[in-house]
Amino acid sequence: GASFGTGMERVIVAMQDPDMGMKMRNQRLLITVIPHAMTGNDVIEWLIQKYNITEEEARHLGGLLVQYGYIYPLREPRSLLLRSDDSPYRFQTPYFWTSSRWPATELDYAIYLAKKNIRKQGELVDYEKENYSILHKRINHTWDFVVMQAREQLRASKQRRKADRIVLECQEQAYWLINKPCVNMPLYYHYTTLGRNRVKSSICLESFMKYSEQYLHHDPIMSGCLPSNPWISDDTSHWTINTDMVGIPTRLRVERWSFSFMELLNDSMGRREFMIYLEKEFSAENLCFWVACEDLRHGESSKIILKVEEVYKNFLAPGAARWVNIDSKTMERTLEGIKRPHRFIMDDAQMHIYFLMKKYSYPRYLKSELYKNMLAKAIVPQETKKSVFPFMRRQRHSSPSPAMVTQATEDDGKAKGAGPTGTSSTTNSQI
Amino acid sequence: MIFSTKPEMATQEIQPNETLTNLKAESDTLKTKLEDERAKLHDVELHQVAEKVDGLGQFIMKTRRTLKGHGNKVLCMDWCKDKRRIVSSSQDGKVIVWDAFTTNKEHAVTMPCTWVMACAYAPSGCAVACGGLDNKCSVYPLSLDKNENLAAKKKSVAMHTNYLSACSFTNSDMQILTSSGDGTCALWDVESGQLLQSFHGHAADVLCLDLAPSETGNTFVSGGCDKKANVWDMRSGQCIQSFETHESDINSVRYYPSGDAFASGSDDATCRLYDLRADREVAIYSKESIIFGASSVDFSLSGRLLFGGYNDYTINVWDVLKGTRVSILFGHENRVSTLRLSPDGTAFCSGSWDHTLRIWA
Repeated sequence: GASFGTGMERVIVAMQDPDMGMKMRNQRLLITVIPHAMTGNDVIEWLIQKYNITEEEARHLGGLLVQYGYIYPLREPRSLLLRSDDSPYRFQTPYFWTSSRWPATELDYAIYLAKKNIRKQGELVDYEKENYSILHKRINHTWDFVVMQAREQLRASKQRRKADRIVLECQEQAYWLINKPCVNMPLYYHYTTLGRNRVKSSICLESFMKYSEQYLHHDPIMSGCLPSNPWISDDTSHWTINTDMVGIPTRLRVERWSFSFMELLNDSMGRREFMIYLEKEFSAENLCFWVACEDLRHGESSKIILKVEEVYKNFLAPGAARWVNIDSKTMERTLEGIKRPHRFIMDDAQMHIYFLMKKYSYPRYLKSELYKNMLAKAIVPQETKKSVFPFMRRQRHSSPSPAMVTQATEDDGKAKGAGPTGTSSTTNSQI
Repeated sequence: MIFSTKPEMATQEIQPNETLTNLKAESDTLKTKLEDERAKLHDVELHQVAEKVDGLGQFIMKTRRTLKGHGNKVLCMDWCKDKRRIVSSSQDGKVIVWDAFTTNKEHAVTMPCTWVMACAYAPSGCAVACGGLDNKCSVYPLSLDKNENLAAKKKSVAMHTNYLSACSFTNSDMQILTSSGDGTCALWDVESGQLLQSFHGHAADVLCLDLAPSETGNTFVSGGCDKKANVWDMRSGQCIQSFETHESDINSVRYYPSGDAFASGSDDATCRLYDLRADREVAIYSKESIIFGASSVDFSLSGRLLFGGYNDYTINVWDVLKGTRVSILFGHENRVSTLRLSPDGTAFCSGSWDHTLRIWA
């Protein structure tokens, strides 16, 4: 049977319930009668009744169902609005549901355009003509296949009853209106950019001032660095006192953790400290989950299924050892999505947990004794005095190559401490 | 800025019998409307806001290392996360890994093609990626055995239908983002060589790309010969923002450290700053005396300075906020082709057609 991925799909299924669902009837479209259709009014009324919501909310929800392609208008198919009148609408078949067909491929779209073009000359509108010629150029090597598929599909559809054929054409058209791949910059792009939320210049530009000011003393080229810039003095102390495994971090480094949550997580020492704090708060599973999701997102394609299973087992399954507290909607959606795992399947859940940590745990960490102590004991290195003998150049020492560190780890099977590179072989470096 | 991965909501009304002229007119009207909308929110210029900021004093940066070893034009370079090693590639097909601090060469590979226009260091420090006129991007694991032939372990990852112009590992060694003369960008799985996502929207060669340092880590920007800079959603393949104000090819794009903006360098001899939230260009870095194209740009750690390498052999240092040039650096004896800040911001490296690389601090 169909798999119901999203909350929207849940609504749609309810709407189609034989007993409690919508009452559908034949709707007239020009001279053809389309069965199993409903009016915009019907949809709104049903939503109000079923979910005990206001008309405003019903219009909004109904509008979403249309915009995401679960319901499509029979009249004015390019106008993806839910009208609260007797305009006819129909359910999109699950085959075309946005969630089950994500992402739409160029090949499918090319076949659709070819079909339209073959079926009736001049039926393609201008942006479709543009897309057609771009695709024709881009996937030219498979164009024979495209035309063949298009002809096959047209032949098959000719065998259907006219009413069914019109319905299918409407369904397809509605689907591609929403899901067409961004082939170039068609007209609709301008409409969507018009609707984009923009921020006033004064606010944006002010943020550049703030950022430069905040990071001024952390910018070695602007402010120098302590004890000295290795490139200028030939002394690598600045690097050795800032390694991953150093016992006591520098003050600047610890201060930087307070600039943003991302700064804290991007520094492996900061991340370790934060983990220690979370363990005290009994919410370490959040950070573990986030790390596991990053590993999934950026790892090998071949390991995706395995990693998704691991994440499910450790963090999402009922009774999991490190169960994470995600809101029910996100959890439902994620659990459904796991049935067809891909690298982005945890994105929603990961984002939820990320913002949870950012909003609650991170500010508390910055106020905690753990952080304050770290800041207090952090060192401020002495500036290296200029050499007494200015003509004697320091010897420039080599450092172990990161390639060697990791190789040694593999050879010995032991986890060695990271060298001056600061890269551990077990974690993926974050930018 | 968090971009939704859901499909954009299209609410246009297009009548089936619209003519081409009508649609073109509609497009032009919309473009004007768009500029009006953008302009409505543009209540102040960057240099005006920056008036209250202290000016920068005398600025001294010198060449601290010169790396000699390439036999021909240096085309690209990238830093290792260890803050001192770099990889560089050149026109004669050579890819060299250096410890820039000691200037020692640690690895060298000869590619089967000339014009290796792109190279990148893997986040782990254990591999490098490179490509160019072979239309491919290949990954070489770095072996410490001096006798081992690095080329033997080469792995072909990306395949384009024209030259490779840029490549970058994403947050791990497992994925590579590429841009190409075939007008596309693409995301690849290193292990299998599988194409994960392709990005279509440029109308000509794509010359450069940069990954966003954002919290959600899902976007990147590309620049091309169509004068456009496009911002992409890596997950959906959609172009989510586009900027077209340059008057010629965009050779280089680089994000501002906060991820809220990016800079570009172009053959039109200007560098520009684009703010992603205001959705517009907010600064132009240019001087009448600068008439050659900018080939590569990068910010200092705080984002206060913008370094631009130019085709007139110089490097110009710009005050990002005030829009003024604070310094001009001489040293290279031919075009500067590539420029990047070191991972901890202590220096930047420039590569040139004069066969050398220089470290500046």
